[in-house]
Amino acid sequence: MANIPDELRYTDEHEWVSGDVSAGAVVTIGITEYATAALGDIVYVEAPAVGDTVKAGEVCGELESTKAVSELYSPVTGVVTEVNQAVLDAPEILNRDAYGDGWLLKIKASAANTKLLNAEQYAAIVD
Amino acid sequence: MTRHSPLEDRHSALGASLIEFAGWLMPVRYSSDLAEHVAVRTGAGLFDLSHMGEIVVTGPGAADALDFALVGRAGIIEAGRAKYTMICAEDGGVIDDLVAYRLGADRFMIVANASNADVVVGEIRQRCQGFECEVLDESARTALVAVQGPLALKIVEAMVDPGDVSLVSSLRYYASATASVDGKSLLIARTGYTGEDGFEFFCPIDRAGHLWDLALEKGAPMGIAVCGLAARDTLRLEAGMPLYGHELSLERTPFEAGLGRVVRLGSPEKPRAEFVGQAALGEAAARRSAWNEDPESAPEDARVLIGLEGEGRRSAREGYAVFATEGAVGQVTSGAPSPTLGHPIAMAYVHPKYSAVGTHLKVDIRGRHEEMVVSALPFYQRPNY
Repeated sequence: MANIPDELRYTDEHEWVSGDVSAGAVVTIGITEYATAALGDIVYVEAPAVGDTVKAGEVCGELESTKAVSELYSPVTGVVTEVNQAVLDAPEILNRDAYGDGWLLKIKASAANTKLLNAEQYAAIVD
Repeated sequence: MTRHSPLEDRHSALGASLIEFAGWLMPVRYSSDLAEHVAVRTGAGLFDLSHMGEIVVTGPGAADALDFALVGRAGIIEAGRAKYTMICAEDGGVIDDLVAYRLGADRFMIVANASNADVVVGEIRQRCQGFECEVLDESARTALVAVQGPLALKIVEAMVDPGDVSLVSSLRYYASATASVDGKSLLIARTGYTGEDGFEFFCPIDRAGHLWDLALEKGAPMGIAVCGLAARDTLRLEAGMPLYGHELSLERTPFEAGLGRVVRLGSPEKPRAEFVGQAALGEAAARRSAWNEDPESAPEDARVLIGLEGEGRRSAREGYAVFATEGAVGQVTSGAPSPTLGHPIAMAYVHPKYSAVGTHLKVDIRGRHEEMVVSALPFYQRPNY
């Protein structure tokens, strides 16, 4: 059973967000352990650049494993303030530590997102 | 109804992710598909292939019956040897690709893909009518366990009883023999689908668990890794081996797939008796030669199978369109980032005009055209092969 930390918020596309999203907050996002397990060894990550605008629910990158490819959906609307270069250079970090070293982006949110799921709701989706 | 391998409990205990594949619940990976792939290229991997179909054809008419049923000549396979072959429809389309093992003068075992096993059994049964032979579907009673990789021989030598060690070491590639493991005999073949040296064990399902445990025990000192279907797919792709439903289908003949060599058409010097698909395959062979000589003459919808390699990081995947300057010229059938080569590889059907090695093409990878170059198959060949 994949680990789903209580303190994070989730999307039904298997992204996680640290903390509640309110306008002006900088949030960290990544993909869940369930997603990395389903993809297998991730070998390529394409992410937006610092300064790019991303929109909640829209594709902002992609993740590729030997077996499959999956799109990355932004869980929030805002501007990218930081990209985890370590993960772009060594995508295997995602398989090892999806919620820690495997974070993908920091985004300065321009609007609140009330549609995120809590751990219990997300667990119900992937169960 | 989902079918289950006799080794399913062991897969679960080893932490496998199980997926439904061709109606069977099978391991896609245990922990890391990349590590599993690398283990097979550098050491050894253990696979459960119990989903494959095993069809035994036996009787004095078996050789003639299979000569009629299959595109290769079963009758010229020596006892104890095996041959990669296909079963085609009357119109030359591929029903399945197979390995035919001749176990004795009057006994053959045909190994079919899980997804096609029932259809192949039905076709072979029908085609064997009128010949003096019996067709037995042994799939449900037979487990198949494979040990693949440069260290496979060492492991298999340690698995068989002492008296059979030299039998195993001297077994040629694409040959099989009855060997004994813990005093019980089973069929061992030096075949596989990974591009490496390796062995396949066919045994009754009630002995599969013991065989699996023994392979893990004897393979442990050599770092054997349990491997799932994900690794199997990238291994076969690097080795340029076709997969039914991707490179092979009823819509394509073996000649379009670049596998015309498996079809023995017969000639005035070397005549062969009629076989199913003969007329259509004769025409397909002539078409393919004409395309090779003058690719410009091939009709718009003509297609041949090619290999593609990319320098970028994004991989072409099944179904993606292939483009030349003039427009769409084909479609990708399989693609992945190659763990061994470190760049994307793919197989695709394209118009013969674009099939020459070195031709630059583009693949539409989710809306962006990425450059790929036609390359010779296989992408990977094991050293000292």
